[in-house]
Amino acid sequence: MIADLGFFALFIALLLALYACCSAVVGQVRGEPRWIASARAATLLCFPLLTISALSIMYSLATLDFQLQYVAQVTSRSMPMYLRLTALWGGQSGSLVFWAWLMAAFTSGVMLRNWRRDRDLLPWVILVCMFTLAFFLVLIVFFENPFLRMWQGATGAVWTAMWQPAGAQAYLPVDGNGLNPLLRHPGMIIHPPVLYLGFVSFVVPFAFAIAALITGRSDDRWIRLTRRWSLVAWLFLSLGLILGSRWAYDVLGWGGYWGWDPVEIAAFMPWLTGTAFLHSVMIQEKRGLFKHWNMLLVILTYDLVIFGTFLTRSGVLSSVHSFAQSAIGPMFFAFIAITLSASLALLSWRWNTLRSEVEITSLLSREALFLLNNFLFISILVICFLGVIFPLASELLTGQQITVGPVYYESATGPLWAALLLLMGVAPLSAWRASTARTLGRAIWKPFIASLLILAALLIGGMRNPGALLGFWLCAFVGFVTLYEFWRGAAARSARGENFALALWRLVARNRRRYGGYIIHLGVVLLAIGIIGIELFQQETQGSLAPGERLQLGGYQIEFVSLIEFQTDDGRLVDRAVVDVYRDGRYVTQLYPRQDFYFESGQPMTISGLYNTWESDVYVLLVGWEPLSGQKATFKVYLNPLVNWVWTGGFVFILGTLVASWPERESIELAAPSRLRGRRVAAGARR
Amino acid sequence: MKPLALLLAVCLAFALVTPAAAQQPVPPTPSPDQVNAIAKNLYCPVCANVPLDACGTAACVQWRDQIADLLMQGYTEAEIYEYFVARFGPSVLPTPPAQGLFWAFYLLPPIAIFAAGWWLYRTMVTRPMQAAAQSKSPKPAGKYARQMEEELKARDQ
Repeated sequence: MIADLGFFALFIALLLALYACCSAVVGQVRGEPRWIASARAATLLCFPLLTISALSIMYSLATLDFQLQYVAQVTSRSMPMYLRLTALWGGQSGSLVFWAWLMAAFTSGVMLRNWRRDRDLLPWVILVCMFTLAFFLVLIVFFENPFLRMWQGATGAVWTAMWQPAGAQAYLPVDGNGLNPLLRHPGMIIHPPVLYLGFVSFVVPFAFAIAALITGRSDDRWIRLTRRWSLVAWLFLSLGLILGSRWAYDVLGWGGYWGWDPVEIAAFMPWLTGTAFLHSVMIQEKRGLFKHWNMLLVILTYDLVIFGTFLTRSGVLSSVHSFAQSAIGPMFFAFIAITLSASLALLSWRWNTLRSEVEITSLLSREALFLLNNFLFISILVICFLGVIFPLASELLTGQQITVGPVYYESATGPLWAALLLLMGVAPLSAWRASTARTLGRAIWKPFIASLLILAALLIGGMRNPGALLGFWLCAFVGFVTLYEFWRGAAARSARGENFALALWRLVARNRRRYGGYIIHLGVVLLAIGIIGIELFQQETQGSLAPGERLQLGGYQIEFVSLIEFQTDDGRLVDRAVVDVYRDGRYVTQLYPRQDFYFESGQPMTISGLYNTWESDVYVLLVGWEPLSGQKATFKVYLNPLVNWVWTGGFVFILGTLVASWPERESIELAAPSRLRGRRVAAGARR
Repeated sequence: MKPLALLLAVCLAFALVTPAAAQQPVPPTPSPDQVNAIAKNLYCPVCANVPLDACGTAACVQWRDQIADLLMQGYTEAEIYEYFVARFGPSVLPTPPAQGLFWAFYLLPPIAIFAAGWWLYRTMVTRPMQAAAQSKSPKPAGKYARQMEEELKARDQ
């Protein structure tokens, strides 16, 4: 009954989404507002319908309705309630429903917030959002239906169908397969929804951009309307990537946090274009430059979001052939081809109306440096895209499988990241329009000298690795430039009699976008310090130890104490070692690295024992043991220098994004539904 | 005397040969760190995108043991990589081998980035700057025109 309700809600939502597309276009073309109002009502209705559908799945998961194939695939009796509920995004069908539900929620949000202000854009926004939603709903209803039930025929054969076939009886497995053990982690409970939030929110700026292209508006209205959407989308995408890294560090058991895996890169690519977009829209707002470029970036971001979902959902990454066998793979491919070609065709149609209002007049001006920043981000994107695509192309064209591992990405993107860091230090101090080496030099010499002192200190301290020296110097330079900007602003305010702390607070509060951006830059500096530390100075060792024996790594000694094996209520066989950690012979802590074996899936999980300090992490893995005696166990130990700076940097990064996206008084006023202002804006747009 | 001489000769030969045999280099068992240093640069032929040193499957444990065996047999690091490529194909390497069609993988990114950079520089920076230099309009004559120009400039800023 609940499953039927969920399925009907899905189906009606699909019909409404298709209706909204047609109604919005008809209303706009014929100039009949009632059709557009009808499209809006249909759009708003999709959200409650998809909420019913998502809740139906969650109810079925919570009550372990194993007749539903999806429930049997992703839950089991031993799973706690919170994991059963989060299994909504633990499998293919459920995650697609979750995607569609978020899409409907965001589109409803747009309809409720912007309806009065931008009537000329909104029919086209409805078209784009509902077309995207309809695509996902077609996938769900016809190819990945989470409400399919299992039936057993007289011969004992089991098959799936929505309703009872003639002569078949309901098939109820005793227990389900359970969620993939890798997903049974707090980080993985939050990581997918946050990443999806980021993915889906980027559809909104794209929809407004397409609406601006269709209506021929060459002003930056669409950018101003979606500025906060873009920032929030970027916030979620960044948070999703950081949470994913933390999950990988804790759960995957290889001592690192980022493996340049195609799934990671699938989420990273829209982040790259989104970051470039957030930088270059500032130039369009301030100077009227880069209008084509911003359109191109938002189109790319949207299609990379769909491409990312395609990569992770079509099975193409495991093999090109599984893509061909998958029902949804070709559908995704066709959708990307249609949306990309239609968007690019629209852009070329409006190319002449989007010419820049001014030109770049100096190579060292802020706009020129921002252009360089965008170029670097897109270069990294090209490298990542090729890294993901090339193995697929090789398998498809030559039948030969190849691997593109971290060594390619790190060596190809490393110099580009370094150049981006340098730009982060220089660009904020360059002037708009006209900037010369002399004016720039005057602005940066103090932070530059301070950063050289750090470099000298590192050299005196004995560091000789050229990559590390360059990297840490760049971090110091950007850090000092950013702090210097805070200091200058606050000092200027406190010169008028304000207390310095208050001046700093007000400086940030009244220029949230700018200083939020600087906080993000500080976060990047901390992230970079952590990345340099772990990438260039990570140490590892492995050894088999009897109780009382020690492994030596860096200044640490790891002593094996004991090993126990026990079963848990949630279907795991746990082998847990106890190890003491010493530093320079002095006891510091006890760790419990373990391996969990999940009976349901037959899958082992290696959970590290972790000792954190600001300086480094001692990361201990239990990789083997003598099963009967437990008298000898094998440990792999990593010493990860500065890795906690990565997490701290991530936190500062997110804090900065929150500051930058926090509504300011001006935009709160703008958001107030004022009929008069709505008319003014519309009149301005017509002019 | 002959048998005695023969016995002495045999003893002498044995005495000479035995230390030599004892000095035959017995291959040392490689440490797990030596094996991992090589396994880190190889990928599991079965699981996609998992380095051999981090893979926990039984097959990968065997392949790591095989690396240890090859090291004991005197294989160099490069020979071990060649051995694995010959057995499992180029997918065990962390990057495609620089040969044949795979050259495209190494050449495409720098060419694309360089070409895009050059195009961007020409269209967005050089030409507009040249055009701006050529079309510098003369200062407006007249008090009113100058004042209006200044006001417009102030408004733009």
